Amino acid sequence: MTVRVQTEDFDVAAELLAMRTASADIGAVVSFIGQVRDINDGDVVSTLTLEHYPGMTERALEQIEQGAKSRWNINESLIIHRVGMLHPLDQIVLVAVASAHRGEAFKACEFIMDYLKTQAPFWKKESTPDGERWVEAKISDDEAQSRWKQS
Amino acid sequence: MNIKVLYFARIKESVNYSTEDIVLPADVSNINTLKSYLAKRGEVWADLFSGKQTVRAAINHELVDDMMAFNDGDEVAFFPPVTGG
Repeated sequence: MTVRVQTEDFDVAAELLAMRTASADIGAVVSFIGQVRDINDGDVVSTLTLEHYPGMTERALEQIEQGAKSRWNINESLIIHRVGMLHPLDQIVLVAVASAHRGEAFKACEFIMDYLKTQAPFWKKESTPDGERWVEAKISDDEAQSRWKQS
Repeated sequence: MNIKVLYFARIKESVNYSTEDIVLPADVSNINTLKSYLAKRGEVWADLFSGKQTVRAAINHELVDDMMAFNDGDEVAFFPPVTGG
């Protein structure tokens, strides 16, 4: 279980290699990469700036990983989330999960992303031709998170 | 009671600073009463803390609901709904 919040970019291939080779009883690695889009709500986005709450953000991400580990039999999990100013096509977040079989890794990876979207203190501000604006939270993200409570 | 209050994102920009130490009267002891207390500071504050906007709160790095009480020396944070990922 690893959490990193950083301004620097990350090397997905290196991260997945390290996770995959950590133990020979790992049979599946599932990963998700989130990246900056150049358009949002119909407007061109030139930069995306991410703010966070140092200390609380790391703790929230660790709690989300714990939640995944308590639900599914997973070997390893990794969350890397960038902060600061990013540009279109830049990587924002990597979530990776390793387990013996694919089903648990798929589920745990999606669970971590759904909770990260609604529970981890990050805030996005985007720069458009009309100026800067804060990104609004989406109801669909709350719905994505709440479906895990029923299952 | 003395607490530290932090503001983030849109809220930080509205109130124009990120952190302050506040000495509270005895009847302000949970998030709900703290919001009402802050709302009396002026128009910007009333706009943020009188219930028109969704403002999330944390005590000592833990997300809490409005009825959660805090103690002397605690760190309280206010921020908009999160948008990471």
